Amino acid sequence: MNSAHMSIPFRENSVKALGNATLRAAMKNATGVFTVKRADAVSSVPLEEWREEASQTRLKVLENLPHYVDEFESNARRAGASVHRAAGSQEARETVSSILRDRGIAKVVKSKSMVSEEIHLNSHLEQNGIAVVETDLGEYIIQIAGEHPSHIIVPAIHKDRRQVGALFAEKLACKYTDDPTVLTAIAKQVLRQEFVSARAGISGANFAVADSGTIVLFTNEGNGRMCTSLPELHIAVLSIEKMVPTLADLPKFIRLLPRSATGQLITSYMSLITGTRRPGESTGAKELHIVLLDNGRSTIVNGEYREMLKCIRCGACLNACPVYRMVGGHAYGSTYPGPMGIVLTTLLEGMNRAHPLLDATTLCGACGEVCPVKVPLPQLLRRLREQRAEEGFTPRAEQAGMSGFGLVSRNPTVFRLGQTVARAFWPIAAALNPGAAIKRLPVPAGRTFQRRMS
Amino acid sequence: MRVQLYGTCLIDTFFPETGEATVRLLRHFGVDVAYPKGQTCCGKPADSGGYTHASKKAARHFLSLFEANGDPIVIPSGSCASMVKNHYPHLFEDEQPVKRKAESVGARVYELSQFLVHVLKVHEAGLKGSGKITYHASCQLTRELGVREEPLLLLESLEGAELVHLPHADRCCGFGGTFMAKLPEVSMAMADEKAETILSTGADTVTGCDHGCLMNIADAMRRQGAGVKVKHLAVVLAEGIR
Repeated sequence: MNSAHMSIPFRENSVKALGNATLRAAMKNATGVFTVKRADAVSSVPLEEWREEASQTRLKVLENLPHYVDEFESNARRAGASVHRAAGSQEARETVSSILRDRGIAKVVKSKSMVSEEIHLNSHLEQNGIAVVETDLGEYIIQIAGEHPSHIIVPAIHKDRRQVGALFAEKLACKYTDDPTVLTAIAKQVLRQEFVSARAGISGANFAVADSGTIVLFTNEGNGRMCTSLPELHIAVLSIEKMVPTLADLPKFIRLLPRSATGQLITSYMSLITGTRRPGESTGAKELHIVLLDNGRSTIVNGEYREMLKCIRCGACLNACPVYRMVGGHAYGSTYPGPMGIVLTTLLEGMNRAHPLLDATTLCGACGEVCPVKVPLPQLLRRLREQRAEEGFTPRAEQAGMSGFGLVSRNPTVFRLGQTVARAFWPIAAALNPGAAIKRLPVPAGRTFQRRMS
Repeated sequence: MRVQLYGTCLIDTFFPETGEATVRLLRHFGVDVAYPKGQTCCGKPADSGGYTHASKKAARHFLSLFEANGDPIVIPSGSCASMVKNHYPHLFEDEQPVKRKAESVGARVYELSQFLVHVLKVHEAGLKGSGKITYHASCQLTRELGVREEPLLLLESLEGAELVHLPHADRCCGFGGTFMAKLPEVSMAMADEKAETILSTGADTVTGCDHGCLMNIADAMRRQGAGVKVKHLAVVLAEGIR
């Protein structure tokens, strides 16, 4: 994950994943459950209208992003928050660590945040002597296993309960059990102690409301609320495109995000945090810092891939992707996996590193079909493949082959000659390339359809 | 009624029997089938790979063959039909006259099952069939052309055949054009799962509207040593008019 100059070995990673029977079974099971639940949850609502409205709202933000970010910043400040702009990952990490260091804080509790993964916040804090405790159950499992999330909303989707049982027995010195209820209770007990003793909490944000300076968190475990209201200091790290114009726009997403993500009609806990604790309030952070991460988004928003930034991180495209469900998220070697991850990783980390990911799609269109904000994922994937070819990131033989294809496809005589040659040399080619794609195709017919029709 | 038939390069090269079945079927229902000479590939493989310069050449050639008259163009493949209908116009955003030509040619394109149901009403003809048949819904057919019901209507109408539901019928089989060559392990894993799902239905025949997928599924069936027959929808239907 840290070797920024090397391209991601997706094929090697995928072969490794395919050999992992536990992972494959867990992936099939979980993505299957989420897909069915999502389908149920959207079956009786005017989904197309909702998607269109949500998409338009996201586009409206992106068309005028600097304006909404400024508006959010001034309103958040007015409500008592400190707002920090970070151009890149390093600046964002250092902003967070210096806030903590200045206050002598050695431990933070953390609510799930993919942006914090994007900037590699945990390892940075740990290197600076600050302990990090992930409090979302899935994130906690991943953290004590020393791994990274393999799904943007279900970080431990690739693990089954037996693996979690063994992990808890080893790391938490408890008796082995694979009963999810007992395992949850064990984690809860550990995490409660952390919540009570932590002086700072870190969260991400699902949305940020520009006209009120509010940050919005959706969680299912209540841990987000604990992280942001129990400790005296709250640091929220979010990327700039999370803006929605007004509070009145929020319901468009309240109804769509959980339905698309897990098939829930609404999230279990929704926190709207506007500024710091006010006089007379008994909970809430006394000090709130909001770190707004750009990391290339100001450039992306002005280019042809703008619509990628509509994404609200529901994970529906991951669950729907036939490739993702086979290999899991770690094969993508990046913070964001699956269809949205391929596009976003290429945009954030560059073609040089991400180009192999562009093979990890059949362009089947399932992602585009489920996206609640109508990100045209298949079109973006195809366009990125076009850019990849233009920039010379595909094998030379493939480039030559495709140029040849172009010439042959406009010349029927050469095309027919090619068919004859293919027919003649097929058995030899198949014999020379054991395991190659050619062996999986049938032998060309003796008389082509064209000849039969002439 | 007259149509222009585009044979597709896969059918032309590997599955001429499917082309012949398509012709037999159309003629049986009184259609005069014209087969423009000089057909090649529609350009889909290059286009999906991002090689627009190559797919544009194929597109221009296709348009030159099929712009001649206003007859419907019948294509026995969802992915080729969608390539012409949905993708050609985007290839020529900076050449408006060609784009308009692509749009007018595209407007005449029917995927075979679309044409059989909406124009010829073949599903009301009471064709004969046999055995237990299941149906794989290919990706571009389903999600780009929106053809979901038509093949099922046709199969349900076969007298003497039983249509059995395929779970996750519209889940990709792992063909994906160059995908099968680029990530063969993932592709085969996907195809194997598709084959297992097909086997679980107890069907003796699996059919579909795209030979790319059917080829991939047939290969998975061979790997698994399964005896399920893999046939294009045109072949299944044409068997009923012999």
